[in-house]
Amino acid sequence: MASIVARPTRRTFLKAGFFGTLALMAAGSIYRIARPESPPGFVMHPQARSALSAIAPVMLGNAIAETPVDIDKAVSLVDDAISGLPLRTQQEIQNLFALLTLGPSRRFLVGIPDDWPRAKPEDIAAFLQDWRHSRFALMQSAYHALHDLIIGPWYADASSWASVGYPGPLKELS
Amino acid sequence: MAKSASSSPIPDPIQAGLASGWKVIDASTLVADREVEADVAIIGTGAGGGVTAEILALAGLKVVLVEEGPLKSSKDFKMHEAEAYPELYQESAARKTRDKAINILQGRNVGGSTTVNWTSSFRTPGDTLSYWQKNFGLNDYSAESLSPWFTMMEQRLHIGAWAAAPNENNDLLRRGAAQLGIPAAAIQRNVKACWNLGYCGMGCPTNAKQSMLVTTIPSALARGATLFTRTRADKLLFTGDKVHGLSCVALNERGLAPTGHRIHVRAKHYVVAGGAINSPALLLRSGAPDPQHLLGKRTFLHPTVISAALHDKKVDAYAGAPQTIYSDHFLQTQAIDGAIGYKLEAPPLHPLLFASTMSGFGVQHAAMMKQFAHTHALLALLRDGFHDESCGGTVSLQDDGSPVLDYPISAFVWDGVRRALLSMAEIQFAAGAKAVYPVHEEADGYSSWNAARKAINALAYEPLKTRVVSAHVMGGCTMSDDPKQGIVSSRGRYHELANLSVHDGSLFPTSIGANPQLSIYGITAKLASGLATDLTGKPPPSLPLL
Repeated sequence: MASIVARPTRRTFLKAGFFGTLALMAAGSIYRIARPESPPGFVMHPQARSALSAIAPVMLGNAIAETPVDIDKAVSLVDDAISGLPLRTQQEIQNLFALLTLGPSRRFLVGIPDDWPRAKPEDIAAFLQDWRHSRFALMQSAYHALHDLIIGPWYADASSWASVGYPGPLKELS
Repeated sequence: MAKSASSSPIPDPIQAGLASGWKVIDASTLVADREVEADVAIIGTGAGGGVTAEILALAGLKVVLVEEGPLKSSKDFKMHEAEAYPELYQESAARKTRDKAINILQGRNVGGSTTVNWTSSFRTPGDTLSYWQKNFGLNDYSAESLSPWFTMMEQRLHIGAWAAAPNENNDLLRRGAAQLGIPAAAIQRNVKACWNLGYCGMGCPTNAKQSMLVTTIPSALARGATLFTRTRADKLLFTGDKVHGLSCVALNERGLAPTGHRIHVRAKHYVVAGGAINSPALLLRSGAPDPQHLLGKRTFLHPTVISAALHDKKVDAYAGAPQTIYSDHFLQTQAIDGAIGYKLEAPPLHPLLFASTMSGFGVQHAAMMKQFAHTHALLALLRDGFHDESCGGTVSLQDDGSPVLDYPISAFVWDGVRRALLSMAEIQFAAGAKAVYPVHEEADGYSSWNAARKAINALAYEPLKTRVVSAHVMGGCTMSDDPKQGIVSSRGRYHELANLSVHDGSLFPTSIGANPQLSIYGITAKLASGLATDLTGKPPPSLPLL
């Protein structure tokens, strides 16, 4: 089945960008009408976890050894970082993961034809580049969110410090 | 994230104060609503709130402080970004403008941004004050008339010359500028017995930084002030032209959600000092009278852009006092109200902030990270607010009552961004960089000044493409004795309300053109001393010396 879904072209991305923007805005406003106060925190559903498990190694490049243990660590570092953000922002991130993982938006907006575990790294890299350079601010800011949430916590973790030549803080005081 | 009990060999003045009986209530632990009465309620414990609290407590007034963040101290400051940012900063150090194009660093803890700033101390520049006198009628805000207040706070907070040599990251700015004949100078710092570690941004683990956390706030608490932490000021309540109460919500331990309990504060006088963004937001949420629609307008950021450079020699930009050299050449070589100028400084680099700031992903980003120890960085802070095409941003409320800043970057400001990236690249090559990386999604690393100049001139200057950050939010409660121009008088009094003052960086009618902490200390010391006299009928107290 998957093979009959054409890989989206640049053109479909731009179209999808427009509809995606509308979809994100709609998701946000439905959400806001429904719950004016104290949104719940972000929950890492299995679908979100599988999307992140696929995206994180592409984002981090050769900074991550692609073993299941490392990938799980990258995902849980992202989860920890999200849990410290304002609940309102956590909800925006929840919406972003809904967009990344729902079949139609994943296929046409993100350009990943198959489920995330079967996504090819080159397709993921292409999606990240497309969002990064999108002319739609929402896609650009979604790219930045993924960039900062995956890359920041990865390098904040002590296990990555030796690889970048950072000795960490003075041990006597840390 | 192991939370060790106090393993630090450093004596902790906060723990000692708590043991001595300071009145500190962590609202996350409240099991019922609370009511409290005082002479003065101060909202916020940063530069403005801290200075005000000490002066009013010394004047014998009963003070209550309300702080949204937690009370942390040297025993908690472990120099780990992953812990420090969520605990000590607004929105985990990821607060953003509405379009998410500008990342904003602001403190959220007892001590506010002073707990986590990089200690750079400058008096308000004379040309900024002249502009205020001329354009906002702030006649008694001259360099001369403010000088005694700056002197007082410099003494109080041990602000002075930094004796140690600059670290390599700062010395590269000095050397590169010198090569080009660009003047650079040393930055004064508010430190005492500093260990030169380089982790100021994560809270000082040795209590060397003379922030509000270890100076004015302990002084106020020792004089009987009450401090509520994890307490968000929700609304000021008005009767006629007076504030008659402050309603606050208790936040949970992580400071993310209300617990359901409230704290009601009743005072004779109220001082708003929540910082730009949060101070105008509180007043907007409260429905404070604002006939000219000025609240939240003219909010400035010193929009800041970054240039990284690779060197053969190690730079180790994480190590040593973070900012010790600056250049005002590009502020001073043109009129303050002409093309936008910028101040150059060298920021500390730590893995999380550096990794998330550098653009790109995959092997290209990983390769940049491998050069972390060899990377030098400069930043340019643009002096916004002095031109019709740089009128700042606007704070407004979202549907849940939380604030958001719209800050459109005008073509006038983008022109300054481009010139700033050029200046930084030229200085970095002059200092011996083998490659320069302007932080921009479409930029690459350039191995010569010529290549960098061509590329920087050709970049598209747009939000979300150029990395723009800010650690200096100012304005939003403009100060002017003309109620058409400002909502707060030159004495810090809210024009429309009899017993309300604003004492923080939100007063500034423009940006400062320098790191703002000492401007806030000096100006709020003057305002708080005036308020002490107004409330007690006695001369203002003098501050204890270190």
